[in-house]
Amino acid sequence: MRYEAPTTVEAAVSLLSAEAGLAKVLSGGTDLLVQMRMGMMEPDLIVDTKRIPGFGDIVEENGGYRVGGAVPSAELNEHAGFTAMYPGVAEGADLIGSTQVQGRATITGNLCNAGPAADSVPCAVAVGCVARIAGPNGKRDVAIEDIPQAPGKTSLEKGELVESLFFPAKPANTGDAYLRFIPRTEMDIAVAGCGISITLDDTGTCTAAKVAIGAVAIKVLVVDEAAQALIGTKVDEAALDALASACSAAAKPITDKRGTVEFRKEVVGVLAKRAAKIALDRAKGA
Amino acid sequence: MGIHVSTKINGDDVEFVCDAEETLLDVLRDRLNLTGAKEGCATGDCGACSVTIDGRLTCSCLTLGAEVEGREIGTVEGVAKGNELHPIQQKILDNAALQCGVCTPGIVVAAKALLEKKPDPSEEEIRYWMAGNLCRCTGYDKIIRAIQDAAAEMRG
Amino acid sequence: MASSTGEAPESKGTHQYQPRDFKVVGTTPLRPDGVDKVTGRARFGADMNLPGQLVGKVLRSPHPHAKLVSIDTSEAEALPGVKAVVTRDDFAENEAHHDILCNIMARDKVLYEGHAVAAVAATSRAIALKALKKIKVVYDILPHVTDVDEAMKADAPILHDDMFTHGVDPMPTTASNIAGRCEFGHGDVDAGFEQADIIIERNFKTAATHQGYIEPHACVATVTSDDYGELWGCTQGHFVLRNVSASLVGMDVSKLRVTASEIGGGFGGKTTVFLEPVCLMLAKKSGKPVKMAMTRDEVFKASGPTASSSMDVKIGCTKDGRITAGFAEVRYQGGAFRGAPADFGAMCAFACYALENVKAIGWEVVTNRPKGAAYRAPGAPMSVYAVESVVDELAKAIDMDPIDFRLKNAARNGDKSSYGPKFESLGLVETLEAAKNHPNYQIPLGPNQGRGVASGFWFNFGGETCSTLNVNQDGTVAISVGTPDIGGSRASMCQMAAEELGIPYDQVRAIVTDTSSLGFNDTTEGSRVTFSSGMAVIFAAREIIGKLCERAAMMWDIPVEAVKWEEGKAIPAGANAGDFEPLTLAEIADAAGGTGGPIAGHHEYNADGAGVSFGTHLVDTEVDPETGFVKILRYTVIQDAGKAIHPSYVEGQFQGGAVQGIGWALNEEYIYGDDGKLQNAGFLDYRLPVASDLPMIDTVIVEVPNPGHPYGVRGVGETGIVPPLAAIANSVSDAANLRMTELPMSPPRILKAIHQAEAAE
Repeated sequence: MRYEAPTTVEAAVSLLSAEAGLAKVLSGGTDLLVQMRMGMMEPDLIVDTKRIPGFGDIVEENGGYRVGGAVPSAELNEHAGFTAMYPGVAEGADLIGSTQVQGRATITGNLCNAGPAADSVPCAVAVGCVARIAGPNGKRDVAIEDIPQAPGKTSLEKGELVESLFFPAKPANTGDAYLRFIPRTEMDIAVAGCGISITLDDTGTCTAAKVAIGAVAIKVLVVDEAAQALIGTKVDEAALDALASACSAAAKPITDKRGTVEFRKEVVGVLAKRAAKIALDRAKGA
Repeated sequence: MGIHVSTKINGDDVEFVCDAEETLLDVLRDRLNLTGAKEGCATGDCGACSVTIDGRLTCSCLTLGAEVEGREIGTVEGVAKGNELHPIQQKILDNAALQCGVCTPGIVVAAKALLEKKPDPSEEEIRYWMAGNLCRCTGYDKIIRAIQDAAAEMRG
Repeated sequence: MASSTGEAPESKGTHQYQPRDFKVVGTTPLRPDGVDKVTGRARFGADMNLPGQLVGKVLRSPHPHAKLVSIDTSEAEALPGVKAVVTRDDFAENEAHHDILCNIMARDKVLYEGHAVAAVAATSRAIALKALKKIKVVYDILPHVTDVDEAMKADAPILHDDMFTHGVDPMPTTASNIAGRCEFGHGDVDAGFEQADIIIERNFKTAATHQGYIEPHACVATVTSDDYGELWGCTQGHFVLRNVSASLVGMDVSKLRVTASEIGGGFGGKTTVFLEPVCLMLAKKSGKPVKMAMTRDEVFKASGPTASSSMDVKIGCTKDGRITAGFAEVRYQGGAFRGAPADFGAMCAFACYALENVKAIGWEVVTNRPKGAAYRAPGAPMSVYAVESVVDELAKAIDMDPIDFRLKNAARNGDKSSYGPKFESLGLVETLEAAKNHPNYQIPLGPNQGRGVASGFWFNFGGETCSTLNVNQDGTVAISVGTPDIGGSRASMCQMAAEELGIPYDQVRAIVTDTSSLGFNDTTEGSRVTFSSGMAVIFAAREIIGKLCERAAMMWDIPVEAVKWEEGKAIPAGANAGDFEPLTLAEIADAAGGTGGPIAGHHEYNADGAGVSFGTHLVDTEVDPETGFVKILRYTVIQDAGKAIHPSYVEGQFQGGAVQGIGWALNEEYIYGDDGKLQNAGFLDYRLPVASDLPMIDTVIVEVPNPGHPYGVRGVGETGIVPPLAAIANSVSDAANLRMTELPMSPPRILKAIHQAEAAE
């Protein structure tokens, strides 16, 4: 296995494109190194992105934030501007593993590892995060929900990598939240998760919403029916119940060592309801 | 082919050669004889291998040796100043906050990082910060108290 | 009062408890190994390296049950950097340690996923792992069974065709997976149930759990060409390890020296032999030192978890709360070989109660899982969970406070125990009374919150023990013990020696010696060390006091009978003895060269009289009715320690045992797929409690002296894990108004039970 730490994105793309064997991008490494140690993956090339200028930066852009592909979760959570704008996204990122893991793990890696239970992804999806992908044919911007396809599989082409994630400016009266369920209080993979963004008008009526659920299908799912259950309502109990039902109905989980189908379908609805209440309070500026 | 790495460990310049697959933990333990960091799981789940890289707490098992070129590493061996224990080390002793002691190096490194970032953490903040450091002997009670005591002493 | 009285060497005093005012015992000095452990200097199993050492790795079976048809190692041996390969062919049959041999290196069959099949030693880890892939093993796959009830069925796949159930008369003539049956009790349970006003009968299941020590098994071995071996590694019992390893490798015991490293947790799981004979054999074949360490995956798949269980419990009581009969039948599977602690389970089930009619039957079963190992009070937590759950339900049924119910039926001095012997001295009632009076028992509960109580019991062991104390010329004292220190026992040894000798704690230093420096010592297990090694230290110190008096008598030129030892000094025994200035231990030690040479004390014995141990736990929980999540709100451990030598370490044992029990109750479990493979062989999905899961763990040390120890010490290490399973189950049942009969009470199970309870209403 070769280890390379290029200092330009072009060099990273060339290395990834030229490798005949298995090439993997190393940003935080908290998934990749575990997979290597467990013998689940034997890459021929590792491309470390942390030495590429900009990959470690969080910068303001058009009223929103562009987060470099190698920014660890802990740094995102120390960024006052970002956490004020998107507390739900930051909290999701803050739930990945331990304090130690958060010192390394990146949202980009969490996204590209394509695990259905990735904690930082649902809320980022809900707030409309867009990935900038660099590749042999130049750069393209893609809504992040279109990147994971199935466990361990993404829509990235050979030679492509995610350079940064763009979080657009938050509309007025908008709040986000993410909740997940785990059997302990920390250190577990989500058994179910829900990220949500709610926008209100001046009367407190929901005018826009986006709901994404995690760990209940082969990838994070955007549940339009769940958003529709909120839009046009004051996000009252009836709307929340409809939201929960829509999430439970949309979930297509499996039974495994972490939870059962019945449990996941039920609990994802509970989480949606609870997350919506938090997002609602945030949208109201409470 | 080995990769040559120049780094700083506990303030001293260190050079080593490692394979691409080797983790920082492998390098510390097997190449540099710094065996304070332990391999409890090699998957980032136990915290026994905790170190700091450029001041940020992390698991050395989740870092490649090759990645630390030009970085500054802090390990448990660098926490005491000579024979003068750091307050967190002394309070762990005073509170009987270790039994077997194999998780202790990771606890020391993680708690020190916490107190540098947050001098007056609540019990809940301590517990969540330390959630990645498994201890099977103590039930954590005395560890939490030791960190609270060390925080109080360091605040003066 | 004098801290001790000098006695002649042949009479070291009695084992019987003698009240005294302690000076050092009962204080909380810092442990001798503490600084090394907070600075990273302490050397654990994997921290030792020898020049030129090789790395050893084990090839393990991917199948839960298969015939081992052939093993071809030729390609692995040919790989550059590979220095030795071993398989079953390198180990001769061994009648005395047959099961251990079959477990450390599979012979005609592999019996569980992870069973060792071959091992290599190579110049690097990478080469060793590559070599493992080049070993060609042909398996003939057999059907498997991992569940205890399934394994007992007549048509179950049979693991051992020579296993005929012990304890059944007549012994069966067909092989089965039932290794043995045992039965304990007295009276007539049928008659007892007829006297009952209310009878509750339930079935319970508990999952297998792992000891979960953070340090994986590791060792380093060398063997010289003339067959002298040295081995360094983490073990709870290096003498037993030496004996077994020497036998399996075919060495004389005298030619193998084993040094116990610092040990990163054991809890019973390192009373075992796994890697060590293999490591010695690789070292012997390669002629080089070999180091081996398990990965966490290997620890879960191939080192000992505890038993899983399936249990039936039936208890009857009168309306006023007197238990008239108790019956339990417990079925434990302990993995692929004999040894599931069904006997201990059956013995402990009703030990807390004085019953006229009681019967407990234990079934010991084998399955296609790793060979089980002891885990803190092995066998007791499960059966006590079942019994204490039914006791809780009975108390609720007759609307009686659960502590009052237990007090009404509690075992007291002179009662015949449910497992046979008469209780001589026990502190159960004291723990129950302390629980009832504890402020945590009075705190009002909120919605979805519940309170649980449970008591528990463990026997405590003694065993073969010896210890030596050497007086240094400057008057300090070195203690050699042969029992690895897994929880601070070196500190308590120093305290007891200092107490006897009348010198300060910091003038005594204890080490755990290697196997060539002391006689045989049983393993650190059964909560025996502070009791047994501690008593050996006390008697060795008393031998030294006798010698110090002799030396003082020589220095003063008076008869030894005219000298006595008080507060660390020799003084004339009375006015007639003469008028001499007291001689300190340091002064006598300094003069020892002129009075007969070095001064040392030694004591060797088979320790008897370990006092039984009881505890009572209180726990408050809150159950999220929408997710089944359980939060532990407060937790209180109350346990009889006899006499706490080092109270902080006693509290630590209480807290650690309780939290292991919390893990067992709520989330820890070995999860097997239909393929017979372990699904969660890592700390990610084998869920040990983490710091944020827990509150502080309150403790109350009750001291009812053990009559069989001069200071009254009882072992304290194990009882703490016995009550939590039931206490938490009772608390959760109280909070959610249902009865949880399967462990762990993971959120999906609780949510399902909540829905079932709703549907039933």
